Amino acid sequence: MTTFDLETKTVRDLNAALHRLPLTGSAAPFQILNPNGEHSIAVGVDADVEIAIDGPVGYFCGGMCRQARITIDGNAGQGVGENMESGLIHVKGDASQSAGATGRGGLLLIEGNASARCGISMKGVDIVVKGDIGHLSGFMAQTGRMVVFGEAGESLGDSLYEARLYVRGPVASLGADCIAKEMRDTHRAELYDLLTAAGEAGRVDVGEFTRYGSARQLYTFHVDNAGAY
Amino acid sequence: MCGIAGLFIKDKALEPQLGALLAQMTSTLCGRGPDSAGFAIYGAERPGTIKITVQGTDATDFAALAADLGRAIGAEVTFAPHWTHAVLFVPREKTEIAESWIDTRADIALVSKGARLEIFKEVGYPDDVAAKFGIPAMAGSHGIAHTRMATESAVTTDGAHPFSTGADQCLVHNGSLSNHASLRRELLADGIRIRTQNDSEVAAGYISRELRAGKTLGQALEHSLGDLDGFFTFVIGTEDGFGVLRDPIACKPAMMAETDQYVAFASEYKSLTGLPGIKTARVWEPKPAQSYFWEHA
Repeated sequence: MTTFDLETKTVRDLNAALHRLPLTGSAAPFQILNPNGEHSIAVGVDADVEIAIDGPVGYFCGGMCRQARITIDGNAGQGVGENMESGLIHVKGDASQSAGATGRGGLLLIEGNASARCGISMKGVDIVVKGDIGHLSGFMAQTGRMVVFGEAGESLGDSLYEARLYVRGPVASLGADCIAKEMRDTHRAELYDLLTAAGEAGRVDVGEFTRYGSARQLYTFHVDNAGAY
Repeated sequence: MCGIAGLFIKDKALEPQLGALLAQMTSTLCGRGPDSAGFAIYGAERPGTIKITVQGTDATDFAALAADLGRAIGAEVTFAPHWTHAVLFVPREKTEIAESWIDTRADIALVSKGARLEIFKEVGYPDDVAAKFGIPAMAGSHGIAHTRMATESAVTTDGAHPFSTGADQCLVHNGSLSNHASLRRELLADGIRIRTQNDSEVAAGYISRELRAGKTLGQALEHSLGDLDGFFTFVIGTEDGFGVLRDPIACKPAMMAETDQYVAFASEYKSLTGLPGIKTARVWEPKPAQSYFWEHA
């Protein structure tokens, strides 16, 4: 176990130590004390390592990470897990706006609420939010899955591509080209897998969720526009 | 970018520490706004007098200024100097004549007036500005602060926040307004005094006009959502109250914390970490297009 106290060391020291970890083989876990809302904690890590953060973090925590499994014992500021590529980020509290933005892979698990623009432009990441999400979530989301146990704010999935959004509670409004879709067996199965990953299999019923996806009516989806490329 | 902070004290035992807590909160926001800083402090009232805060330079002879003003209005004017600013204590019934006299002086500018409000703002690194004004030693019931990274107007003391456009009213702003020029003309026509070309002063003037029309702070904030075009997170102070509003898109960050002792606002959570009892405080992100306000009974 490597312990880093951010009262006495800088985020730059911490991230440099994390970046020195080998790309292959598992590394000894890291514990980070007194994060005090500092920005950019544990960004760009590419190692098989457990990172436990003992308190609230600022912006971009865990951004651009591969392999790492990060637990945040508190709230996370904006852009938690932005562009994450694999691994796990587990927020025990709430997440601010743009959680998981442009994320390419891995799982972002938020125990509380996420605010505006959750999963904006996501490109393959899975996001599970056990509370509510704010407005414009899933904006231009390309691939990946987002699961929301609570409510979604206005303009969910505006200009959505092929990401699949599963929401259990009410949705304030749908964005352009986002529609409710049928839940087929494949969707129930993938939702069950995501609930399992979130530790909620058997406790939350997949039948209570509605699937939202793209109606494929915007410019990009029209074959008449293919000649423009 | 800009950083904003506000602290509304509920437990009177904390009031002597207002300035120290606010300066500490602002210190963590230097990176969001390194070019200027400002502080609005709601301190003790002096019965029968109004506080007029004026801005001069570090060479201004405020003793002579107070004496000149006293002669001009035919009453005793005491003063408290703070670096480039001074708070002038003017008999309440002489407020208007004192304001007119100050307007004739090219070497000073009126920053705020009110029974309790004092505003101190200057160009410079926020930590230095706070220290030079002596903010950490100030007591009060609530206060708001701003660290500025200029976008819509020049880096001058005039462009620094907070802005005050009515007695005991002030506003700090993170964002930028698109329709400030047309709204400024409208407010000027309605008799609201706007002194600079800054977009945020227009927002302050807008709130002043709505309060003058009899709206509560909460109603004024809600009404502004229909009339202000742009990005904003505002923190607003009145003689007894403290309000927060974010625009519907909510690009600009905001965090709040509440305990039995205080309600606090900051652009970033980091700014709240030095407050007493923060680890057990209720911490939340204010929702877009929803007004929040607290008032002392």
